[in-house]
Amino acid sequence: MENLALIAQVQSYTAIALGLIIGLGAIGACIGIGIMGAKFLEAAARQPELIPTLQGRMFLLAGLIDAAFLIGVALAMFFAFANPLLASFA
Amino acid sequence: MAAAAGPANSTEYITHHLTHFKVGEGFWTWHIDTIFMSVLLGLVTIGLFYAVARKATVGVPGKGQAFVEMIVEFIDTTVKEVFHLDRSFLAPLALTIFVWVFLMNAMDLLPLDVPGVIAGWFGIHYWRVVPTADANTTFAMSLTVLVVVIYFSLKAKGAGGYTHELFTAPFGAHPVLWIPNFFLNIVELLSKPVSLAMRLFGNMYAGELVFMLIALLGATWVGFTFSSSLGMLGQILMGAAWAIFHILIITLQAFIFMVLTVVYSAMATEHH
Repeated sequence: MENLALIAQVQSYTAIALGLIIGLGAIGACIGIGIMGAKFLEAAARQPELIPTLQGRMFLLAGLIDAAFLIGVALAMFFAFANPLLASFA
Repeated sequence: MAAAAGPANSTEYITHHLTHFKVGEGFWTWHIDTIFMSVLLGLVTIGLFYAVARKATVGVPGKGQAFVEMIVEFIDTTVKEVFHLDRSFLAPLALTIFVWVFLMNAMDLLPLDVPGVIAGWFGIHYWRVVPTADANTTFAMSLTVLVVVIYFSLKAKGAGGYTHELFTAPFGAHPVLWIPNFFLNIVELLSKPVSLAMRLFGNMYAGELVFMLIALLGATWVGFTFSSSLGMLGQILMGAAWAIFHILIITLQAFIFMVLTVVYSAMATEHH
């Protein structure tokens, strides 16, 4: 019975952590993508002939910005379905 | 997967789909599914390009030849922009990385349970079909890239020059600064493969998991009731939307892995 309470505690803390990981990661990635997208549109409006060059780099950077967030999501999902912190109770 | 007995609940379903087909114990655990799929897709890459190259003509190119030429030229231009020395080694390497990683990532777009069912015909219960959603694959590739980077450093600067640079590069040649310089250079060198591998792995793992979560919607199917139909409709719509978005991600991640390999190699050949 005591174990059950401890497991519930670990699970609830993990749930909070998952929300923080995904939420904060999403905030960061969205701000990053937003700034980059805005700058790209600005640059494209100023010099439309540069669009092909800039577009490739924009997608490259979008992937780089997204990566840290998606690593966070993967980690969060891993903890959601196979919580290694609960292993000591098994 | 789960050919004999259906999964009891959603957690079991997802954990089942995240289990590799393993042989061996501890350090010597072999993920047979990862090895099989990556080698198979490597052979597909080689075979595809070989078949097209055999039939290549200087006349009017067929569709296959035009497609392959497009990829080769795209990679060659990208490498040329970044890497200014002789690219007879790096451009083919970049091409291989791009096409191979792309194909491995593209396994994510297969219907989630199809590979498992096919594996089930051969009596295998676990089969993860995306090799790049296994950290072993991505780290193997990125450590190979590290070897390539060190090779380019040695080739451009020589063993003495490279050692000299490792100890004197960011701060200066004063003997007091040797240890901090060396430490910083090692951290910089090692952070490259780690970030390269984690980026690809994280993207593919998260993508795979989202597909599994979407698949749970339809798994509640009990018959033509309202909620079941809603779940099935949701799975079809969300699965389609995520799959379309994922086409962008898999191409982008393959491209990023390739470009960063080239960029790291180009950085390695620069003199400080």
